[in-house]
Amino acid sequence: MLEQVSPATTATGFEKALRRRWRLGEKFIESWIFLAGILTIVVLLGIIALLLKEGLPIFLDTPPWDFFFGTRWYPVSEPPTFGIMPFFVATLWVTLVATAISVPVGVVCAAYLAEVAPAKVRETVKPVIEILAGIPSVVMGFIGLMLLSPLVQSAFNLNTGLSGLTAGIMLSLMSLPIIISVSEDALRAVPDDFRQAAYALGATRWETIRHVSIPGALSGITAAIMLGVGRAIGETMTVLMVAGGALAVPISPTEPMMPMTAAIASGIGNAVRGGLQYQALFAIGLVLFCITLSVNLIADKVLERQKKKFSR
Amino acid sequence: MITQINKLKKRWLALILIATLVLIAPGCNSQSDTTSTGDELSGSFNIIGSNTVTPLTSVWAEEFMKMHPKVNIAVSGPGSGAGIAALINGTTDICQASRKIKSKEIDQAKANGIEPYEIQVATDALSVVVHPTNPVSELTIAQLSVIYNGKITNWKEVGGNDASIVAISRDTNSGTHVFFKEHVVQMKGLPTEDKSLEYGPKVLFLPSTEEGVSEVVKNPNAIFYPGLGYVTTEAKPLAIKKTADSPGVLPSIETALDGSYPVARPLLYYTNEAPAGIIKAFIDYCLSPEGQEKVTEVGYVPLN
Repeated sequence: MLEQVSPATTATGFEKALRRRWRLGEKFIESWIFLAGILTIVVLLGIIALLLKEGLPIFLDTPPWDFFFGTRWYPVSEPPTFGIMPFFVATLWVTLVATAISVPVGVVCAAYLAEVAPAKVRETVKPVIEILAGIPSVVMGFIGLMLLSPLVQSAFNLNTGLSGLTAGIMLSLMSLPIIISVSEDALRAVPDDFRQAAYALGATRWETIRHVSIPGALSGITAAIMLGVGRAIGETMTVLMVAGGALAVPISPTEPMMPMTAAIASGIGNAVRGGLQYQALFAIGLVLFCITLSVNLIADKVLERQKKKFSR
Repeated sequence: MITQINKLKKRWLALILIATLVLIAPGCNSQSDTTSTGDELSGSFNIIGSNTVTPLTSVWAEEFMKMHPKVNIAVSGPGSGAGIAALINGTTDICQASRKIKSKEIDQAKANGIEPYEIQVATDALSVVVHPTNPVSELTIAQLSVIYNGKITNWKEVGGNDASIVAISRDTNSGTHVFFKEHVVQMKGLPTEDKSLEYGPKVLFLPSTEEGVSEVVKNPNAIFYPGLGYVTTEAKPLAIKKTADSPGVLPSIETALDGSYPVARPLLYYTNEAPAGIIKAFIDYCLSPEGQEKVTEVGYVPLN
């Protein structure tokens, strides 16, 4: 705007003031953004500090070995024992089931949307998938409890439909939207020249998807999977309602089990501040935090690679 | 794509933030005002605790608020343990409990400057229910104990079908969980009492009594122990025998009142010191003849 002043006229006092004010405004906005950025880091550090402060003291009572590899969790008994192995294995099972279902379905769905579907289909299907992401987890828990658990029980001839398998299936429905939406974006970010080149070489559509598009978007798809897995690990309400909550170390996913998030949720109300159970639950929170953090970090690294690959 | 991920990340951060706030929040719970001006009561207070007592407390609170429109009572039922923890942490005015406070918890409360004051408001018969098609109709406490500590896993060992037992319990938040463990699994008061017994690893721990009852209604091999107020016609209550020679007694208000039903327990309110003002008015109502009439309506056992 200031450049429009004709070069013949010298800068008047008025223009100088205007320029100074503009600079001040810039400074203000800059520091505001800086503070906002710092705030998230402060919050994150605060959470880590809180988890460490409340969770670590449990190791004075229960040695780390017994805590991580103990298989007995009796927080309200005398004396209490805290072994989180059943919860850890349960989280692994539930996440494994969720991943095994949501990854193939999600990636194929994304490939369809990005590569095959006409624009009109894509534009209607994508918002619908995003609505699926917005269903509250307690509603998913209800659906799992009322609809899915009787089905799972009769299909696998189980004693009870409340099992890790049921929870895993519900979780796969919850991580599907993330996987589809992020991997579809990754596939669409693969430059069209690649596809054209493949077609020019006589590749069919399927060959193009398999050998060009998916390998090209692989890092983005990996990131999508990681985000979906992170969602499955951290989900609480659904697994609390449908996983069954048994304390044995589950040997198969069809057994009732209690994942780490459910263990925290079902125990924290009963825990007195600073008591042993309270500390043990925070320590579980710490373990959970480390797991989701590393999953997200890996996703971040992979995405970084994807960005570099196509920066031209 | 990157914005998508950033969006997701932000959502994560927001979630984490909310989670911390929720964890920190109970510390700054406001002390409710309990003023009573003249004969028109006004003010608000909250009642937290037992899932078992909640249906009863809700009815009392509703009636009391109808009589005194300016009074506001908030009732929630995460479990007795949660209620007692809230009492100790000073975040509730009344704690409703289906088990007695432990001496360790009294010490913790005293360390926080809280003097727990106990009032029995009703009695509950803890019924043991199975699916209506289950041929088993009575069990001894010793049999219940071995079912719940995992020593037997098949119904045929107690005279039922050849099918696995799905034993369902409440989670550790629940006073019913603790009461059942002490009085049935560990057989308190019987010659066979064994304090080292625990719930077996295959027992399902569910977050609410309703969920346990709904699983029994759906599952022909399930067994669960809801309070009398939660028993529906779709689940079959078992007759309980104290020992193998004693007669089986079905849970009911009459058998709990005359003491013949072995698994009955007091339902309690705990306050910080003796109740005063509006809270006293509420508890007086609960203990009054009209209040005790509601106890029978909800399905529990009145005090006398």
